[in-house]
Amino acid sequence: MIKYGIVVFPGSNCDHDAFVATSVNSGANAKYLWHKDTHIPSDIDCIVLPGGFSYGDYLRCGAIARFSPIMKEVIKFADKGGYIIGICNGFQILCEAGLLPGTLLRNDSLTFKCKDINLKTLNNSTTFTSLLKKDEVITIPIAHGEGNYFADNNTIEELENENRIIFKYCDDNGNITRESNPNGSLNNIAGIINKNGNVLGMMPHPERYCDLILGNNDGLKVFQSINSSLNKNN
Amino acid sequence: MLIITIKTLILLLIIFSINYIFYMKVSKELFSEIEVSVETAKEVGLTEEEYKKVCEILGRVPTYTELGVFGVMWSEHCSYKNSILQLKTLPRSGGRLLVDAGAENAGLIDIGGGYAIAFKIESHNHPSAIEPFQGAATGVGGILRDIFSMGARPIASLDSLRFGELNSERTKFLLRGVVEGIGHYGNSFGVPTVAGEVYFEDCYFDNPLINAMAVGIVRTDKTASARITGVGNPVFIVGSSTGRDGIHGASLLASREFDDESENMRPTVQVGDPFSEKLLLEATLELIEAGVVDAVQDMGAAGISCSTSEMSAPNGMGMLVDLDKVPMRELNMTPYEIMLSESQERMLFVIKKGLEAKAKEICDKWDVPMTQIGVVTDDGILRISRHGKLVCEMPAEPLVLGGGAPQYVREAKEPEYLKETRKYDISKLKTDLSYEEAFWKIIKSPAVASKRWVFEQYDSQVRTNTVNIKGDAAVMRIKELPGKGFATCTDCASRFVYLNPYMGAMAAVAEAARNVVCVGAEPVAITNCLNFGNPYDPEVYWTFKEAIRGMGDACRALNTPVTGGNVSFHNESKNRAIFPTPTIGMLGLIDDLEKIMSCGFKNEGDVIYLIGNDREELGGSEWLKQIHGLVTGEAPLLDIDEEIRLQKVILTAIREKLVNSAHDCSEGGLAVCIAEKAIYSSNNLGAEIELGNNITIGKLFGESHSRVVVSSSANKEHKIQQLCKENNIACIKLGKVTKDKFDIKGVISVDVEKLREEYEGVLVGMMK
Repeated sequence: MIKYGIVVFPGSNCDHDAFVATSVNSGANAKYLWHKDTHIPSDIDCIVLPGGFSYGDYLRCGAIARFSPIMKEVIKFADKGGYIIGICNGFQILCEAGLLPGTLLRNDSLTFKCKDINLKTLNNSTTFTSLLKKDEVITIPIAHGEGNYFADNNTIEELENENRIIFKYCDDNGNITRESNPNGSLNNIAGIINKNGNVLGMMPHPERYCDLILGNNDGLKVFQSINSSLNKNN
Repeated sequence: MLIITIKTLILLLIIFSINYIFYMKVSKELFSEIEVSVETAKEVGLTEEEYKKVCEILGRVPTYTELGVFGVMWSEHCSYKNSILQLKTLPRSGGRLLVDAGAENAGLIDIGGGYAIAFKIESHNHPSAIEPFQGAATGVGGILRDIFSMGARPIASLDSLRFGELNSERTKFLLRGVVEGIGHYGNSFGVPTVAGEVYFEDCYFDNPLINAMAVGIVRTDKTASARITGVGNPVFIVGSSTGRDGIHGASLLASREFDDESENMRPTVQVGDPFSEKLLLEATLELIEAGVVDAVQDMGAAGISCSTSEMSAPNGMGMLVDLDKVPMRELNMTPYEIMLSESQERMLFVIKKGLEAKAKEICDKWDVPMTQIGVVTDDGILRISRHGKLVCEMPAEPLVLGGGAPQYVREAKEPEYLKETRKYDISKLKTDLSYEEAFWKIIKSPAVASKRWVFEQYDSQVRTNTVNIKGDAAVMRIKELPGKGFATCTDCASRFVYLNPYMGAMAAVAEAARNVVCVGAEPVAITNCLNFGNPYDPEVYWTFKEAIRGMGDACRALNTPVTGGNVSFHNESKNRAIFPTPTIGMLGLIDDLEKIMSCGFKNEGDVIYLIGNDREELGGSEWLKQIHGLVTGEAPLLDIDEEIRLQKVILTAIREKLVNSAHDCSEGGLAVCIAEKAIYSSNNLGAEIELGNNITIGKLFGESHSRVVVSSSANKEHKIQQLCKENNIACIKLGKVTKDKFDIKGVISVDVEKLREEYEGVLVGMMK
């Protein structure tokens, strides 16, 4: 059974949700990692950088979190091929830390938005999406004020060409439309992966929809994919 | 073992020496930065009689700092001096209540299985009127602190908001700021905002109402108290430093009407920092969990003055406090300023003697500052010093509500306007509008139309307990008790309270209860936020008394005691007084989350019933306001026995799975209720409704109470009729659920998609 390490920054507030989703709902093991830690236990298979407002996000989102002691270790972990999923604030931190390209700007509506959105799975050959079908549409929520993905043209082109855009916002039928884009992200980008395929960042929250009692468990497929891929690796 | 003993010894020594230093360093003579007179007393908000009483209590003229403390503690906001005698007539104990109303920072309800729910509602009207973003944000922050100072983790937040008509730039500015402020604080703190209300009515133009409610969960053996028990225990400030923000927020801003001076009082509004509060939350819960806490209270209104006196008074304790020790964010603060500061994200902790090191360790972990400012004494006196001089030496008990703070009964007189409104003959009104035109006007009024623009700015799901927010109340699961949950909502149809305070307040409780019943929960307790005008106005005071009487009667009948809340008087300006607005926050319990209900239609072919009366009352209705611009008439009747029977029918029908949807019939009456059931259906379901040959305005848009529209499979008809009959409640068949079209024969026929678009587009369009 694989083990998740969920990083708790001061101001993280989806840490608990990620813990429940990975352990109770997906059936894996999970453990909290403290932001002041300078060591990541060797039995951690996948790190979760959870959502929230790390350090209050009073500067740029994630800009201070990247300097916390644990992030040095997270970067080393990634460099050694360890698996990392950053959700919402976690995605912002991954961009600030340079583990993923681009940045997250303020939503084009200029307001915080919490709602269900549709995601199209563009690449199902990653560790994080192996149990999803190609082009499968899942419904999970967003909850952010700054989720408007931006990068220069070359980066966007590279991401597109290398099939590193994993999720795009889409309508009910999987069409990538302007109306289905909740925040103004370039090319409707909702989630991207790094070159090595071991670091995923996404703005929507899969951990929020992992239990049918909440009306939907589409998000569970992401964690089940990770469990299944990494169990095979082990 | 030896090490522990040595540690304890050292700590004891430190405490002893701190006490000693306090005693020795501070001169026995009282210091006052300015000389106090009746005039200074008036400046801090005390009347001449109250000032005389202060002198009597002390046996001398107070120091300036003492005067400030009395001023703020005896303000309307802290002392409830003009309301407490009325509040005492409400049912405030017994049943599932673990603490009596007002005894602690929030109400506490036993939900079984070793857990309790803490919940409370509070107003932040005056600050939000002059600084909407920070006013609303700190309103949320304050109510969250009330919850976690009980040891409970906040798991849901609600906001009941009232503004002027949404046709002015000022109102849009206020709405935008308030919603952003609530989102800013709650989203960052990590509590889901799951329910509430938003209304627009001219009477709230100068004086919007921002009532914030929070719900938390706690293990019954891990609750914390605000009452100090141990003499000699050290007193700590935990959290943010103290600045000049919020001075006189409670005593001057919140305890008087709006006038030309109000704008200048913007600096009395506090500034919120949800990040600090999140850390304070985690540190507080961990301190309580670790068993190091003797007592704790949050510092909101009246800051250190309020927490030191309210924590000391109940058990006859006192305190020695050295204000020099208080971490300050500004230079040269006077003792008066430090005592009255309302800087946010601070808590006063009394730690058990000998456990300071453990407490320090926890605060260090969360990077939350923790500083000892004093010790608990046994003589009931607050001795407070600054720069080595004694600035206060006063008993705690006379300062506080329930102790010696003044309590008044004000003159009450039935308002003149009621004579006019009661005899108004609505039946004589004429309109050229067709039923369909009237329908569109009503459903597209901002008060009725979709509030998506508001609630999508709130994180409604963090902590993954939100089961459903598409019903009449939010349904939340309780992770600690698998399969169980609770429902919560806020309610107050203030037009009805305006037209009949007794009946209207009763109806507010009944509607809140009905709303949690409609999602399958059993109503168990309320918290209230009583927003009224100037209590020194006999007509206002009469409405207050009547509303309390109605609320009490409804709470007793429905078996939903009052767990606490707050009173906000002085909600008026020279131009307008608000409608009396006793907002009710309701808590309902759900035994089995498999048996919950939502508002929208579920299946094509289901039969639609109106369960309840058909009285066709139009007094105070949305129809009257939207079509004729009037708020008048007699408020609809609330027959509490009928209400109880109706709720029994609905709850039974949901638990026995007889119905597939349930929606309370309220603003806009039956027509709007059915339309909303179509709008909230997930697969574009509509309705085909037959109201017979004799369609009337009252039938379509009347707002009689105690009515719920349900849909049900055709084969359950007999059982539903039977259930209604047994409980002497009418069950009127209205039609059936169809696909794509919303159709009331002889009134309207429109595509559901179009209906939804119009309903959803109103607020978004206006706020562009």
